[in-house]
Amino acid sequence: MNNLLAIPIILPFAAAAVTLLLRRRPGLQSALTILAAALHLAAGCGLLYRVHHAGISVLHVAGWPAPFGIALVADHLGALMTVITGVVYGAVAVYSRADIRTDAIARGYYPLLHVLVGGISGAFLTGDLFNMYVWFEVMLMASFALLTLERTRAQLDGGVKYVVINLIATLLFLTGLGLVYGMTGTLNMAHLHVKLGMAAETAPVAAVAVLFITAFGIKSGLFPLFFWLPASYHTPPVAVSAIFSGLLTKVGVYALIRTFTLLFPFADNGLQGLMLAAAAGTMIVGVLGAAIHQHVRRILSFHIVSQVGYMVLGLALFTPLALAGAVFYLLHHIIVKANLFLISGLIRQQGGSFELARVGGLYRRRGLIALLFFVPAFSLAGFPPLSGFWAKMIVVRSSLEAGHFLLAGVAAVVGLLTIYSMTKIWNEAFWKPQPDADPEEAAEPAPLSGWMLAPVVAMALLTVLIGLSPGPLFELAQAAARELLEPAAYVYTVIGETR
Amino acid sequence: MEPVLALLAGAMVAASVYLMLGSHLVRFIFGLVLASNAVNLLIFAGGRLDVSRPPLIPGQELQPTALLANSLPQALILTAIVIGFALLVFIFILFAKAYETIGTVDPEAMTDAEPPAGRAVAPQREHP
Repeated sequence: MNNLLAIPIILPFAAAAVTLLLRRRPGLQSALTILAAALHLAAGCGLLYRVHHAGISVLHVAGWPAPFGIALVADHLGALMTVITGVVYGAVAVYSRADIRTDAIARGYYPLLHVLVGGISGAFLTGDLFNMYVWFEVMLMASFALLTLERTRAQLDGGVKYVVINLIATLLFLTGLGLVYGMTGTLNMAHLHVKLGMAAETAPVAAVAVLFITAFGIKSGLFPLFFWLPASYHTPPVAVSAIFSGLLTKVGVYALIRTFTLLFPFADNGLQGLMLAAAAGTMIVGVLGAAIHQHVRRILSFHIVSQVGYMVLGLALFTPLALAGAVFYLLHHIIVKANLFLISGLIRQQGGSFELARVGGLYRRRGLIALLFFVPAFSLAGFPPLSGFWAKMIVVRSSLEAGHFLLAGVAAVVGLLTIYSMTKIWNEAFWKPQPDADPEEAAEPAPLSGWMLAPVVAMALLTVLIGLSPGPLFELAQAAARELLEPAAYVYTVIGETR
Repeated sequence: MEPVLALLAGAMVAASVYLMLGSHLVRFIFGLVLASNAVNLLIFAGGRLDVSRPPLIPGQELQPTALLANSLPQALILTAIVIGFALLVFIFILFAKAYETIGTVDPEAMTDAEPPAGRAVAPQREHP
């Protein structure tokens, strides 16, 4: 039954192949995409159920025992990330039906979307460092093509910068990986945990760890490596920027969590201070960047950066509560952020622009969108009782417990500044009257599309649900944190005995 | 053999950084090619080098009888080369398209996705 582990990876690639064959039938492509996403979500939930009740599962692909072959491993973190990937995959699949124009579909939007999700799922489930590099490349290739699919000037400009910096990040990752292989002779992460733990000299290990911080830091948008993110995320179609903002940078955060618990635990190297400083810088600079912008998707892009800081702060504190907080934050943030980008599409459709100066009066005309924006926006800012409140509270509390009062203060202040940006969008897009309103246009707003509304409503409900009853998710996050801090079970499951 | 490869890889990275920092996208591509080959050499050297020890197992044996060259780095490099090649083709096309549409190869002059200088609040062109 361990074959279940391969399903979230195989399914998107199969869907990519079939949608490629159906390239002249957009309706069928879309229906198939929604089906594939639903199955992916179901497989992810099945995997999480199994991991939670029967422990970590491992699949030795083609029967090669670890560390010789490639192992797929699902622990709590991997399974939770797979489930959340399924949620965003489904939301974007439904939303795309109304958002993606036919010429983009003709250029292969749906197959690329599936390949992207396949790469993301692979990165979450692999237990092999080189294999993770390959999934990163799969994911990047699909994201490059999705970002520049419509070939507008802004997309090509953003695309060039995105491609360049991501290729450099990947090369750094490959360099680090090559050096780790040279030091230990293995690439299996569980095996690496044992081998690196026995390393006689810690200085070279720490040097390689810095390569990993830089590579994954670029991917996750860590200060001071985030500049590519707000330069490109506002250019693609809304559905694409939703899946990018929800999942792509979080793959970087996931990779940081995985490598810095399993390969280079903070206890052994002097990197904790560096990581804490990077987390604080990320939170502050991201939120200040968002404060000066007046374009909905640019504001949201800077908030991705700022929120990544909270997750990295949770990782860098390296206590059980802080890691649970990081995992909880990760999950809550993916839902909220993808949803906010989807809602920015609704604002554009109803208000006519992403520029705050040009939209207005949406509260009066479209109260429903205002309500739907309110939930994720104020969850992002950390209003009780929405999901972001619990996420922020856990991270702030764990930094207080660890004695980092300054960092706790930074986290709280950044939360306040987040409210400032969200209120700005609220005031401008919803509250103020429509600028130079054309009376005829105002009388008859564009009809709301059910395909766009349904995923937004579903994810807003999910946010409220997590907010009202954070217990189950927090329990899962705690289980994930326990496994991450005590990797013995992970190692034993993958390579049998502690060699 | 390893020190030679290490020096060579170092020189290649230095040259590639120089090229990448130039203000021309084609220079960047050459820099990228150099850098990815330097990383490949690094992986190769990381697997330890050996002369004249082919990784072959004699006829009836199930396991190697003598020391042999490590073949795993070659598999890793092959994967990296294939992926790198695909990426190279893609960025050539992307850069060509960007040049055709935006009309410049200087990354500093590509500002279509950025807010106009000093006026983050100004209305901006966006995709239709």
